Parts: sequence; structure tokens; C-alpha cells
Amino acid sequence: MPPLTRWYVRLSFTYLVLALVASTAGAAQQPLGLPGWVAALGPVAVHLFVVGWITQMIFGVAYWMFPRRSAAMPRGDPAPAVATLALLNAGLLLRIVAEPWHATRPSSLTGGMLVASAMAQWLAGVWWVVMMWPRVKER
Amino acid sequence: MPAPSRWAIRAALVYLLLGFTAGAVLLAAKGGLGSVPWRVLHPLHIEWLLVGWTAQLTMGVAYWIFPRVSLRRDVSGSPRMVWLAFAMLNVGIWLAGIGAIAPRPLEGTVTLLGRLCEVSAAVVFARVMWPRVRPGLAQM
Repeated sequence: MPPLTRWYVRLSFTYLVLALVASTAGAAQQPLGLPGWVAALGPVAVHLFVVGWITQMIFGVAYWMFPRRSAAMPRGDPAPAVATLALLNAGLLLRIVAEPWHATRPSSLTGGMLVASAMAQWLAGVWWVVMMWPRVKER
Repeated sequence: MPAPSRWAIRAALVYLLLGFTAGAVLLAAKGGLGSVPWRVLHPLHIEWLLVGWTAQLTMGVAYWIFPRVSLRRDVSGSPRMVWLAFAMLNVGIWLAGIGAIAPRPLEGTVTLLGRLCEVSAAVVFARVMWPRVRPGLAQM
């Protein structure tokens, strides 16, 4: 398993735990009288699960297991792969902070953080597809 | 990687791009960058990412890596049936997506047709793959 895959997989486990914690906190908000912003964690929990856990696990395992690009560079140039990991996680972390904050106290700062999060995750997705497309081949 | 897997995985990558683009537009709009028809884009975002990307990629990879041969016979399954499953899945994704944005009287019918295509795809795929859920030759 290449080092980058180990990062993807470990981060995906971390997001699985975070997603379930966020979901549990959302469910506990009313019964336990937790602060109002906790109720706004719903979309964050869903995206931690679907992007942070499922998609990131797929990214890491596919990077490891898909047919090799060439004998010299089996997984292609590692720089875009590292950039994808960094952008996806930066985008997710920005979202975790900005989305509940924007839901309770919207400002140009929180709005800008959401836009930056959207761009970072989108770039990560595009970059990953460009990187993996040539590896979808017979052997 | 067999041809049906290559097509399913490439289609899944296209849906990943579509779904991430829709998601980025929705999130940027939430942050105040323009306005989007939420009722239109949100169902498409979910459909493209959950069925088009996650489910289709999983199906494509499973068809590629699950054991193909038992001690007695080849259990790789009919490629024609797998092509049929992938075709129905993709028709279903688009019908379900169009259904979500269709005008009111058509909305339910088109969505239902899409879901029926997706269910049929899942049944055909499961039927083809069922015998391949077995130990590999090396473990026998």
C-alpha cells in the first residue's frame, strides 16, 4: 500500500468517526439543550460521511489498486495526487468550521470560507479524475 | 480490467465530476456567490454522487476483481447481462434526475421509471455476481 493511500485511508477512518460524532451531537442537541449551532451540523455530518469517509476511502484504494500507468511511474506523478489529498481535506475542514457558523451568524467571512471550501473540493475531484482516467485500462 | 468494468468506472468518474460540480455550485451559493435553483440542482447532486459515482464505481470494480473461476466451472457471468445492468443503471440515473426537475404532472412518473430501471439494474447485477461471491482458487 503506497504512503499516499495510507494517508487517504487513515483520514477516511477519522472522518467516519467525526461524521458519527456530528450526527450524534445533532440528535442530542434538543434533548440535552446543546448550543444552537449544533443543530446546523446535519449537512456537515452527511458530507463528512459521504466525502470524508466513502469518497476518500475510494480515492485511496483506487490509487493503490487500479492498473499501473507505466513501469517507470506506476501511479503517475505523485505531486497532483498529494495536491488532491490536501485540497479535499482543506475543503472539508473549512466546511466543518464554516457551515454551522454561517448558519447561525452569517457574514462575508463565513460566506467566503464556504466558497473557498467549494472550490477546494471541486478542484480535488477534477484533479483526481484527470489523474486516474489513464489508469482505467485493460492491464 | 474487463471492458464492462472500464466503461462503468469511466462513467462513474464522469458522474463524480458532475456531482462535485453541482455540489460546489450549491455550496458556493450558500456562501453568497450567486443564486441557484436549489430544487433542481440538489436532487441531481445526490443522484449523480450516490448512484452514478459510488454505486456504479463499486459495481465496476466488483465485476473486475471478484473471483471468476471455481474448481468446476467459469463463473464470471454473462458479459451481455452486465452490459444490460450498466445500461439500465445509467438510463435510470438520467430518468430519476430528469424526474426531479420535470414539471409537476410528469415528475412522479419519470422518477418512478428511473427508479424501476435502477432496481432492475441492481437485480440483474446481483444475479450475475452472486456465484462469484466465493473463495478464490488460491484459497481452495
